[in-house]
Amino acid sequence: MEKAQDQMEKQQGCAKGTPDFFRKRRRTDLLFAACVLGLFVFSSALTGFSLADGISSIPRALVWMGQNLIPDEQALTRLPKVLSRLYETAMLSVAVTVLAAVLAFLFSLAGSKTTGRGRLFPRLVRIVAAFFRNVPDVVWSILLMFSFGQNILTGFFALFFTTFGLLTRAFIETVDEVSASCVEALTSTGASFFPIVFQGVIPSAMSGLMTWILYMIETNIRSSTLIGILTGTGIGYLFDLYYKRLEYPTASLVVLSIVVLVLLIETISNRVRRAIL
Amino acid sequence: MMNEAAGNGVFLGMDPARYLGKMEKSRKGSIRIKSKSRSNVTVRLVWIVLILLTVLAFATFRYKQIDLTEAVQSTFHNIGTVFFQPELTYDTFGGALYQLLITFCLGALSTGIGAAAALFLSLLCAKNMANSKVAAVVKGFVAVIRAVPTVLWVLIFAVSAGLGSVAAVIGLSFHSISYLTKCYAESIEEMEAGTIEALKASGANFWQIVFQAVWPATASYMVAWTFMRFEINFTNAVAMGAAAGAGGIGYNVFMAGSFYLDLHEMGFLTYMIVIAVILLETVSTKIKAKVK
Repeated sequence: MEKAQDQMEKQQGCAKGTPDFFRKRRRTDLLFAACVLGLFVFSSALTGFSLADGISSIPRALVWMGQNLIPDEQALTRLPKVLSRLYETAMLSVAVTVLAAVLAFLFSLAGSKTTGRGRLFPRLVRIVAAFFRNVPDVVWSILLMFSFGQNILTGFFALFFTTFGLLTRAFIETVDEVSASCVEALTSTGASFFPIVFQGVIPSAMSGLMTWILYMIETNIRSSTLIGILTGTGIGYLFDLYYKRLEYPTASLVVLSIVVLVLLIETISNRVRRAIL
Repeated sequence: MMNEAAGNGVFLGMDPARYLGKMEKSRKGSIRIKSKSRSNVTVRLVWIVLILLTVLAFATFRYKQIDLTEAVQSTFHNIGTVFFQPELTYDTFGGALYQLLITFCLGALSTGIGAAAALFLSLLCAKNMANSKVAAVVKGFVAVIRAVPTVLWVLIFAVSAGLGSVAAVIGLSFHSISYLTKCYAESIEEMEAGTIEALKASGANFWQIVFQAVWPATASYMVAWTFMRFEINFTNAVAMGAAAGAGGIGYNVFMAGSFYLDLHEMGFLTYMIVIAVILLETVSTKIKAKVK
């Protein structure tokens, strides 16, 4: 008898609990929405942004793009110049990413929980990586401008520092995730540090590392455009030049060439990713 | 070294039984320990191409006759000035903090707009919710948006909307839309297939499925992605302030560095940005850990 009553009560409790569950969910959803809305209104007021202006600017910008951002004959005569700058930018981002990746991998071995030694050293590596990652590339490029001037090396080092910081964090995560069990297995067989790295960590983490490298190459092309505008180098400089001269057709050619390059790299990296994962 | 090692020990951490049938032997009859799988060959090939490109890059860069040792020395000197002698002269601390808040707000606005638009677009391009033709169109559209660097979007919008917060926010939102659409669509695709099927079978319409199944199942992932994007948008907003005159602390950094040529000032502002970013990163990591 008592058992049956208990069950009855439990069932009733469940039945009572159900609407409560929905009410609670609705309440958290509403609270969440209110917070987001509040932040939005506050931010709009502070920055002088209005959503109506923002939305209405989109069709205007699209119409303007349709009228002005179309390469004309004069723009096409400058195609070789654009392509040579584009080539420079593409090569820059590959070179930066590869070198930063090699250095970041060494650092990630020292900073990872599975391969790092001691407590102090991994923590130090993480702090160094956080520093390089979080100092904006804008600051690096302005700083480097002072000594390197309008040189490709300005862009190179500015990109290198941020890429190194980002990849070190990403690689540490990859190495931690992928290789914990195989490092343990190799350690138990008495393998020393280098065999563990070359036979265990690198093979098991390689596809993850490669995915990050390909992603960074793509990102660096976009970042180098920004840095180029600031430092007067590469494809960003070319865009800025024509943009400020109000020669929009040529500027649009620059934009189109960047789009084609990024999409090309994205396609290649998707293919590679599909092959290695 | 890396290329050679990539093939070695591929069995480790995997189920050896899967590979026993495929055991390869070399001509001499010994067992091959390097697997010739498609994946290993690709990795090796990509590495060779990347290294060749890097060498080619350094060979063809136009260095414009620069005195490297002098440049490196003065860079170290400047780095020392920026990071070890930070000092405000042109801005007040309160003023700089206010600019930091402006940057924060620009990031929040663009993330909010990006997230709202991405919610709709992701429903249109998730494999389990949309038809494949619409999905292909949306995905292509989003990929093209992403291919244009953020700074160019901001500058393009600046022509029709004027330099200022509108151009900055809309320009920043464009990238957020494409990034978040991709992420949201992936979390919707990872949903359990049975839930949607069950609701469809019971006659639920599209919006009922969205609100009763998709949203509850993916909300926490979406929040994590959105916050991660906010982190990115904050740093982007700093960059836009410097490169596109969008206001906020980035503009102050640009003025300090390129106009007043005051590295001490730039150092102080940099520290403020770094601290803000690290705080955001910590929150983001906590949210991610909670979701997982």
